[in-house]
Amino acid sequence: MKYATTMIIGAGIALLAAGLFMPGWLTFLLTLAFAKGLVVMGLLLLMRAGLVSFGQGLYYCLGAYCVGIAGDYFETQNALLLILLAVVVCVALAAIIGLLLCRYRDIFFAMFSMAFSMILYGVLVKSSAFGSSDGFNVKPPLLFGWTPTGESGPFLAYGLAVVALVGVGIFVWRYLRSPMGYAGEAVRENEIRVEYLGASVRRIIYTKYLLAAAMAGLGGGITALAAGHIDPEMAYWTTSGEFVFIALMGGVGHAAGPVIGAVLFELLRTYAFQISPYTWQMILGIALLVIILYLPKGVWSLVERVTKGKPL
Amino acid sequence: MSALLETRSLARNFGAVTAAADIDVTINAGEIVGVIGSNGAGKTTFINMVTGYLAPSSGEILFKGKSIVGKNPRQVMRAGICRSFQVAQLFPELTVLDNVLIAYGIMKHKILPLMSPLATKANIQQAEQLLEEYGITSYMAETVVTLPQGVRKLLDIALAMLRKPEILLLDEPTSGVAIDDKFELMDTVMRAVRKSGAAVLFVEHDMEVIARYSTRLIAFYDGRVLADGAVSEVMNDEKVKELVTGHHLDIDYEQEVQHA
Ligand SMILES: Nc1ncnc2c1ncn2[C@@H]1O[C@H](COP(=O)(O)OP(=O)(O)O)[C@@H](O)[C@H]1O
Ligand SMILES: [Mg+2]
Repeated sequence: MKYATTMIIGAGIALLAAGLFMPGWLTFLLTLAFAKGLVVMGLLLLMRAGLVSFGQGLYYCLGAYCVGIAGDYFETQNALLLILLAVVVCVALAAIIGLLLCRYRDIFFAMFSMAFSMILYGVLVKSSAFGSSDGFNVKPPLLFGWTPTGESGPFLAYGLAVVALVGVGIFVWRYLRSPMGYAGEAVRENEIRVEYLGASVRRIIYTKYLLAAAMAGLGGGITALAAGHIDPEMAYWTTSGEFVFIALMGGVGHAAGPVIGAVLFELLRTYAFQISPYTWQMILGIALLVIILYLPKGVWSLVERVTKGKPL
Repeated sequence: MSALLETRSLARNFGAVTAAADIDVTINAGEIVGVIGSNGAGKTTFINMVTGYLAPSSGEILFKGKSIVGKNPRQVMRAGICRSFQVAQLFPELTVLDNVLIAYGIMKHKILPLMSPLATKANIQQAEQLLEEYGITSYMAETVVTLPQGVRKLLDIALAMLRKPEILLLDEPTSGVAIDDKFELMDTVMRAVRKSGAAVLFVEHDMEVIARYSTRLIAFYDGRVLADGAVSEVMNDEKVKELVTGHHLDIDYEQEVQHA
């Protein structure tokens, strides 16, 4: 337990140090990837309980808009304050929607969660105050009026993404080993048994849904600060689909899966787009197909096979 | 003796099908009650209603004199009534150890902790002890789907006993188990039950098993109690012979795949 925590913190420090020297494009790519990794770590909690949400874009987008709108309204660039607000608002909304969603399973859960994200999309597209479908710009973040600067310019958003990733990573890693973490597996495997052991399946799912929303809001908030621009596309169903895509690619067997998946996804997308601007989605699709065929538990399972000495 | 569990005119129908009609059953502390009845007689429905899984269409269920109608399985179980299932209800893709660890994890806490680890040395040891009691320690690392029926049944019952119930309802504990192994399984279960002092109601098709373990016998037929009394008395009842134990007995009840 201590070992894993130390490892995660060590990796975080290494990433922060590397950030000082990284070229700007890479810092940007990794920031967005880490933010998505945060969203997918939340999705992982649901997926391990057998629930695939096709609507995490709802909180990803809401978190981003919270940061953008509150930054304007309160005239602040204080990154910590804005992100905290994003998380709180997302959890508050999830507390309401979750009451309904925790009653549904399978395709109904997936479609209902997607429906809610599409409602937000619809509302934002029609809201001219927030730039309708164009969205609007977000001011660069500050940390109490200051921003760390590396070789290629300011990289506060990157720093925030790394710190959030370390925090959430440690949380998820430990969570998966806790009774609540195991309860996810239990719900997926047999709800009747869970109830007859004395736990409420709905309460378990509800808790996981709130945690997933918090992580998605966090990822969305960081994305807004990093990208400097937000638009309703973040709530569109294809964005939510991307998160599921990343989860499948990286694997949900371990907290690191979503992060690996997200980085791989962003890299693949960037290169696929450069190689073939019109058919890049096809390249991504083929990549996913290959991974599902040969590594059904995601890219992370490759790491596990190597470390556990199992044959490839 | 005071009644531990008492049902009055308990009834349940599914559309036009009457699964239970007017069931009056009383179970006292310390009793081991066998239940017989052909396929579809309403035995499982009775257990489902008592444990809060199914709401009765009408009637009353009293546990230690208080009504428990309307309570959910969690509440009924906390009150002191636990059950096993005709088809063992386990976490099939997980190991036996994980099944037990999860059970303890859920049992020990009202709100499940988010951070403290579950598979600690102490918890694993406790799980081992439980498996030892039911003689299935050697299966600890195996996945449930690979287990023989008998082991699944034992694990299912072990999990039901975790809460130290005052009354244990066993739905066909020996179904799917080879004839030669039935007594061993029942011996194991009864040893654990006797240690805890719980009263037992168990559904069973094998008359030898009934004769060996029960202190009283109830025969169900068509959603009703056909006979209730001393084992020999009920077995010799003309109606029971005709409708339950007679030519009906070799029905392929193993085929019945019914969850909960
Ligand atoms: N969930 C259900 N829906 C519809 N009919 C049911 C349901 N559960 C039980 N029944 C019916 O109720 C009757 C009694 O079933 P059950 O209690 O399972 O019998 P037993 O356990 O004695 O074999 C049967 O006719 C069965 O088909
Ligand atoms: Mg039955």
